Amino acid sequence: MRNDVAIEVRGFTQYIGDVRKIHALDLDVHRNEILGIIGPARSGKSTFLCALNRLNDLVRGSRHEGTIVLDGGDIYGPDVDVVALRRKLGMVFATPVPLPRSIFENVAFGARRAGLRGRDRLDALVRDCLEKGGLWDEVKDRLGMSGLKLSGGQQQRLCLARILAVAPEFILLDEPTSGLDPISTMKIEESLRRLKKDYTIILVTNNTKQAARVADRTAFFLSGELVEVGPTAKIFTAPDDRRTDDYLRGKFG
Amino acid sequence: MGHQGKQGSGRRLARNDRLVRLALLVVAFSAVSVLLVITVFIVGQGTPIMFKYGLKSFLTGTSWYPSEKLFGLWPMIVGSLFVTAGALVIGVPFGLACAIVLTEFSSRRVRRVIKPVIELLAGIPSVVYGFMGVVILVPFIRETFGGPGLSVLAASIILGIMILPTIISISVDSLQAIPPSYREGSVALGATKWQTVKMVLLPAARSGIVASIILGMGRAIGETMAVIMIAGNAASVPRSILDPVRTLTSNIALEMGYAAGEHRQALFATGVILFVIIMVLNTVANVTASRMKGTKR
Amino acid sequence: MRLDPRTGQAIARIVLWTLTIITVAILVFIIVFILRRGLPVLSLEFLTKNPVDMGKAGGIFPTVVGTVVLTAGAILIATPLGVGTAIYLTEYTWGGPLTRIIRFGAECLAGIPSIIFGLFGFILFVTKLKFGWSILSGSLTLAFMILPTIIRTSEEAIKSVPPVYRTVSFSLGSTKWQTVTRVVLPSALPGIVTGIILSVGRSIGETAVVIFTAGSALRLPTSIFSSSRTMSVHFYILAREGISMRNAYGTAAILIIAILGINVLTYYLMNRFIKKYS
Repeated sequence: MRNDVAIEVRGFTQYIGDVRKIHALDLDVHRNEILGIIGPARSGKSTFLCALNRLNDLVRGSRHEGTIVLDGGDIYGPDVDVVALRRKLGMVFATPVPLPRSIFENVAFGARRAGLRGRDRLDALVRDCLEKGGLWDEVKDRLGMSGLKLSGGQQQRLCLARILAVAPEFILLDEPTSGLDPISTMKIEESLRRLKKDYTIILVTNNTKQAARVADRTAFFLSGELVEVGPTAKIFTAPDDRRTDDYLRGKFG
Repeated sequence: MGHQGKQGSGRRLARNDRLVRLALLVVAFSAVSVLLVITVFIVGQGTPIMFKYGLKSFLTGTSWYPSEKLFGLWPMIVGSLFVTAGALVIGVPFGLACAIVLTEFSSRRVRRVIKPVIELLAGIPSVVYGFMGVVILVPFIRETFGGPGLSVLAASIILGIMILPTIISISVDSLQAIPPSYREGSVALGATKWQTVKMVLLPAARSGIVASIILGMGRAIGETMAVIMIAGNAASVPRSILDPVRTLTSNIALEMGYAAGEHRQALFATGVILFVIIMVLNTVANVTASRMKGTKR
Repeated sequence: MRLDPRTGQAIARIVLWTLTIITVAILVFIIVFILRRGLPVLSLEFLTKNPVDMGKAGGIFPTVVGTVVLTAGAILIATPLGVGTAIYLTEYTWGGPLTRIIRFGAECLAGIPSIIFGLFGFILFVTKLKFGWSILSGSLTLAFMILPTIIRTSEEAIKSVPPVYRTVSFSLGSTKWQTVTRVVLPSALPGIVTGIILSVGRSIGETAVVIFTAGSALRLPTSIFSSSRTMSVHFYILAREGISMRNAYGTAAILIIAILGINVLTYYLMNRFIKKYS
């Protein structure tokens, strides 16, 4: 495996019950890149993200074939510590879901589960993560307030800060700005650009323009298959596959 | 933080999770185990004597004289059934009326006051109800209708009152669960509120209302303390509603304190019969309820 | 002769409201009646002094202690069992025969009359296990009587926790147990507590079970093996044997106040719970 390849997906197929959600996927994710994944609904984008952090394991009737290699081993290997894996790949969901506790406790949640103790360390960690997520200035005086009281955009940045607190290597985002106003969307995209140097980011988005703005490489999924992947500029101007071209032109989707 | 973690930590996680699951499974079986133990004990203590003296004589014998080894439960069976039926005769009309008034004919403010009052009253202990019966109802019956006052009538009335909160609560919930479109549709066709209630809402809430009645029936037939205080406890078949009566539950409670040997076993047998009657009544009621649901369009 | 619908409605209205008013009046009357005669008897002395002459005079202190200890014991036993069962049914299984058996068991248990519980407690704890008439026997039996209620209310409370909270918790690297204890249970707590409080009210009013398992000794209990009398048992005995009507009213009054107070508390908690999540 090349040094700059962080995740290597080979022949990966995922079934949920009788439905085949992902088919024979071969994909590399490069270290410290922002990989955008675009495609119409039901193309397996979200399922793919949830396969990476094995969140699909929690769904009844899920099974897979193929391998996903990360840091030298298949993440579905028998000795794999799933809990640690999920900390390594932090996920931000489409709808912001703050836990029903204070802003501070939201950010500290994952760290506490991992065993971090000590008020000073937690304070420092929370501040650091909120700064990285671009939310610190807005909430630094009200860390004790319930996270549910923030606006949608703020909640989503809180969710971003929350996963940063468990020191992941990867940040997975599943249509993170689909319900947000343009300013919040811009703030989150800015954060992602800043975070790129320390993390590897995979961004699933319904909004092709967002991929064009933010992603280094872009992958196009269709009906559970990877159609093509490449540098964003190339995909958007001269894609190899006809279907990619049609989708980007809006001929379907 | 390598995702593979420590050697075999993935397996350890899975094993820990399995252990927790197993522990919780054991805990979850506590309810089932208790049920089993109760059944085993009661049946174990009660059935031998039923077979010794014959099931038929237990069920149909009209004399209960433990000192003379006479264990006829018929008067008590009749007593339980009469008193329960009486409780339903009183509880259902009043309860349903209240439920209908609360949901359809009263303003929100009135409802917000009355509903909690009724639910609070579900908490009054049965001995207090029995006491009220003794102090007020029994003398009233005695003076107005004659007889000892301690009677089927007294028990029915008090039990009927006791099951009111149950019937009202559940019926109100059932009626409130009906979508507003039912009411709107009916009114749009020109029906009055009462017609809507009678022809649309009550049938729609039927299964919930029936469930509330079944629950009320269960409470009535299982009630002990209140009945002991006001029913007279004469172990004979009541010929009128003014006659004293003893139920299966009172039979057990009255004599358990001093019963020994076969007498005690006979009381357990009473428990078994009570158990069976409750199961039968529940099954019949549930079957009727689901059959009603089936034929309803 | 067809009745004009308006007349029909008017008649129905009158009948329904009459029945309703009678119902509410009866229920309110009961409370007023007891409180009117019982409140004058109530005083701090009444609650803290020992009874004299089998309860003819004096206070009801041992019964207050008995009630508190017995109820506390029942709750301490039933809560872990009930909440644990609820957690298992909602978080660790998806239906299937095992779940159905457990649910069936809990539902049957809920339908058993209290006198049968009394019999059960008597034969198992008092007699076979030789605990005798004791707080231990009483608490155990009461615990199993309230178990179905706690299971049901806990299950509902746990089910009403939004599923996404669990997903989020897992995605942040929590184990299943951590998710249950750190996310699900804290959110379900108000509902669970409501169920517990309801069961407290029920235990306080329970008489048949207590007489057959904890006995009716009027002394202050000294250990969990002591027999003890609760307030409802005391009230029953005072009234039935005609020992002291005055004290009977007093006992009934405190009983009603305690239970009504508990129900009010439950109502208030439930409202806060609903407000918090809607």
